[in-house]
Amino acid sequence: MLMQFQLKPRREEKIISYIWAFLIGGLICGLAQLVLDHTNLTPAHVLVGLTMLGAILTGLGLYQPIVDLAGAGAVVPVSGFGNAITTGMINEAKRLGWIGLFTGAFEFTGLGVTAAIIFGFIFAVLSVPKD
Amino acid sequence: MADKLRGIQSVQFINPPVIIGVGTIVGPKEAAGPIGDRFHQVIPDYLYGEDTPEQAETKILKEAIELALKNGNIAPSAVQFLLAGDLLNQIVSSGFAARQLGIAFLGIYGACSTIAEGLSIGSMIIDGGFADNIVVGASSHYQSAERQYRYPIELNIQHKATSQWTVTGAGAAVIASGGQGPRVTTATIGKVMDMGTKNPNEMGPAMAPAAADTFIRHLQDLGRSPEYYDLILTGDLGNVGKQLFLTLVKKNGITLNKYDDCGVIIFDKGQRSGAGGSGCACAATVTFGHAFKELEAGNLKKILLVATGALLSPLTYQQGESIPGIAHAVSIET
Amino acid sequence: MPNKKLTEPQKEYQKLVKQKRPRVPVVRNFIASFMVGGLICVIGQIVMNYFMEGGFSQKEAIAPTLASMIFIGALLTGLRIYDEIGEFAGAGAAVPITGFSNTVVSAAMDFKREGFVLGMGSKMFLIAGPVLVFGILTGFVVAIIKVFLVG
Repeated sequence: MLMQFQLKPRREEKIISYIWAFLIGGLICGLAQLVLDHTNLTPAHVLVGLTMLGAILTGLGLYQPIVDLAGAGAVVPVSGFGNAITTGMINEAKRLGWIGLFTGAFEFTGLGVTAAIIFGFIFAVLSVPKD
Repeated sequence: MADKLRGIQSVQFINPPVIIGVGTIVGPKEAAGPIGDRFHQVIPDYLYGEDTPEQAETKILKEAIELALKNGNIAPSAVQFLLAGDLLNQIVSSGFAARQLGIAFLGIYGACSTIAEGLSIGSMIIDGGFADNIVVGASSHYQSAERQYRYPIELNIQHKATSQWTVTGAGAAVIASGGQGPRVTTATIGKVMDMGTKNPNEMGPAMAPAAADTFIRHLQDLGRSPEYYDLILTGDLGNVGKQLFLTLVKKNGITLNKYDDCGVIIFDKGQRSGAGGSGCACAATVTFGHAFKELEAGNLKKILLVATGALLSPLTYQQGESIPGIAHAVSIET
Repeated sequence: MPNKKLTEPQKEYQKLVKQKRPRVPVVRNFIASFMVGGLICVIGQIVMNYFMEGGFSQKEAIAPTLASMIFIGALLTGLRIYDEIGEFAGAGAAVPITGFSNTVVSAAMDFKREGFVLGMGSKMFLIAGPVLVFGILTGFVVAIIKVFLVG
């Protein structure tokens, strides 16, 4: 009974998780929009900047608390990608030493990159750009 | 002695070449715009039965040229030279269209000002006595331009209010030493002007100084006042560039009443086109479609086209260069 | 050499441009970005909760969640809807992983015309590439400092 409670989030917990995901995820996107609107940076620059910010906050130990609070709200934005790269590198480096710096980057992100390539190929075959 | 040179940068034709036939083709978005019924032909979609937007652009340009020949009632074999240009690297749309037309070809490039460059050079060749019939054309295509200058079509991009939408289409005209139709009377070749605009989303502001410079030069060289014309049309300055152009000419003591911009009139505000249309086809289709219908109907008698171009490439702005602009003016009178 | 320094007339003209430039609807853009970005993250959370109900820990649920979101982004791109969401929401569509997926899929769709190897294959990571490159470079430096220098 107790086990089941831990595994299955209850209804209220779920609703709270949605609220935090919305607030934190929305805030990250909103702040990125402010940067876009107040500078001449391209979206590519902003995405790169956010990824780097996620990596740095991870190093400072500040990103995991955001993930604990906001769940997908911190994982889904591209800053979560920087977090995943860095976390993988740190974990592997702790486990394997210097080699881990080179094997760790794709530990958590390999799946995302692979998925993007596979789906990219499938839709490139199936679909044609419109406007 | 250059007896047709006027002032510093202008020419006046002694036997003004006649525009005996025009042809314009636009895409569905342009056809849905405020002057959508003023073009000769509308293509149903961006690919127009081809595999790629580049092939579609070639086809549109070729067919616009054929339309102009048909409307001018002249066979391709009677045309000496084809002068055409577009926005793609190595002006491939024009070269590939010429491949199928079998007319001796001079490729020209003035970015979105290309059609005015073609009309100027073509008229000089005719008035110089080097040819009897010349066809000029220019094309652009939203998708091929996006692919070359910006991003993939389906990429999530929020367009800025200053950015402009490349017109899909082509415009062509047959100019001849004789016949019936409006005449190209003068031309002013513009200087490249760079006033330090660096943002590729701000083409209008990058080109407005060149438009103002060429326009003022034109009036001075020919001793004309703006009132001489029933309509003055800039090429593709868009809403923002148009305001800047008006401000710049006002600084020179000129107020314009009968002025508009092809990029502004081709799209509605609601058409998600930012500050307006752009591309070689913008000035070409609005002039040979919309303005020519007005000339034919007698609503207009004298128009001045000041077609504008931004002479940048993705490489130059990525290297931090500012955007040079150019404008050529051509007067057309009935 | 690029003309990086503006002359006086250029500076004066740029001042004029600044006056005539339409005002960016900053508040509207922020709200649209916040709402859409937040909503995409909520969808991510729904997926994540689904995997957690299936017995995954939060950490284990992250990878399949991201894969699902990448699929959703790819599907909406293939259906030619995602660019419209981007037009409306700006960073709200670009920043979530669905936007990352969109950059890859849209480039793949566009450049397959230049062939699968030289077109699609080489240009797929046109926009996503820099994200990977700088993510890894930054992560590398951070991990060195964290693991080997700070300990």
